Amino acid sequence: MRIAVLSGKGGTGKTLVAVNLAAAAKDSTYIDCDVEEPNGHLFLKPEVVQEEEITVKIPAVNEQLCMGCRTCTYFCRFNALAYINDKLKIFADVCHCCGGCVLLCPVEALSDIDKVIGKIQKGAKDNINVNTGILDFGVESGVPIIKKLLSEYVSDGKNLTLIDCPPGSACIVMESIKDVDYCILVAEPTVFGVHNLNMVYELVKLFNKPHGVVLNKCLEGENPAEQFCIKKGIKILDRIPFDHELGTINSNARIAVRESEKYQKLFVDLLQKVTKEVHQHEAVTHS
Amino acid sequence: MRIAIPVDKQNLEASVNQTFGRTPYFLIYDTETKENVFIDNSAAASQGGAGIKAAQSIVDNKAEAVLTPLCGENAAEVLNAAGIKIYKTVRDASVMDTINAFMEGKLAILEDIHPGFHGQGGK
Repeated sequence: MRIAVLSGKGGTGKTLVAVNLAAAAKDSTYIDCDVEEPNGHLFLKPEVVQEEEITVKIPAVNEQLCMGCRTCTYFCRFNALAYINDKLKIFADVCHCCGGCVLLCPVEALSDIDKVIGKIQKGAKDNINVNTGILDFGVESGVPIIKKLLSEYVSDGKNLTLIDCPPGSACIVMESIKDVDYCILVAEPTVFGVHNLNMVYELVKLFNKPHGVVLNKCLEGENPAEQFCIKKGIKILDRIPFDHELGTINSNARIAVRESEKYQKLFVDLLQKVTKEVHQHEAVTHS
Repeated sequence: MRIAIPVDKQNLEASVNQTFGRTPYFLIYDTETKENVFIDNSAAASQGGAGIKAAQSIVDNKAEAVLTPLCGENAAEVLNAAGIKIYKTVRDASVMDTINAFMEGKLAILEDIHPGFHGQGGK
């Protein structure tokens, strides 16, 4: 069972929910797809057993072979190649690694070379496998790292996998959720929170993913995110209070499930609810 | 000398455009013959790398100098590789005032090459 945790902006509580659900299960795998600033490992403290560099293919030119036909410069939608003073110039940072220029070059002057964009760390601790994607500074897109992270981990169907998504609803989030069984949307109780919730809500609807909302940082009184869920008919899975105790545990990089009975109950319950939701959805789609 | 200027409209009364890569048109102006040609900037609608493509067309049009208020680093790299000098203009100034300022030697070399508005084109 693959569960993605996502939100429209950073700081709503994706990692809080993801690491605590991972800890609430007996055996689980936590995958940090928030490759620009992965932080789940700070809580789960895995012993890193394996590290692997992730590369993408970018073009390189053999100037002896290039005859200046400009097929590649005309082809590239991102204008990553220019032809100046009888020389081909390649802008590696602009390249989106589609490989089209190499394919189209009529004289095979272009070839693929590897460019390192980041790495994956795999470790484990306390029955939780922790796989973390880390994007190098200045690199435009972490999508190749996420592809690798998610393709390498094959779930046996029973094991619980939690995918901690990057914030927002761009390509990088789409890549993170495309093969999951369920999406948990984490929302803050503000008008701004509603705006961000709506972004990810639109996304999971577009991807036709079963989903539910965890209302985080709940205070007494009006909760615009809750009202939004009621209005749209979105399942509210749980309410996490705006609580000093939880804030203290979390800011010390400890896991609430292991520190507090109250939160152990909350996250075990949440996990059960989500598991039930997934099974119900499977029953509906298979019938 | 052939100079290139990013412009808002296709006439000499137009203003200098505030961007280089995504300007709608370029004026190619010959300071000796006063000949002027307006070219469409096909880079304006690019998904990305507009500066590179715009600079490529300046190179292909054999300009020797570019007069622009802004220039991104990728565009500057292309222009520099072609030996084209980049001069800083005042934003929204009229095209004729800009040409006259250049011919009187009043325009300075553009030093503050910005890191580019990468992603502006919706990458």
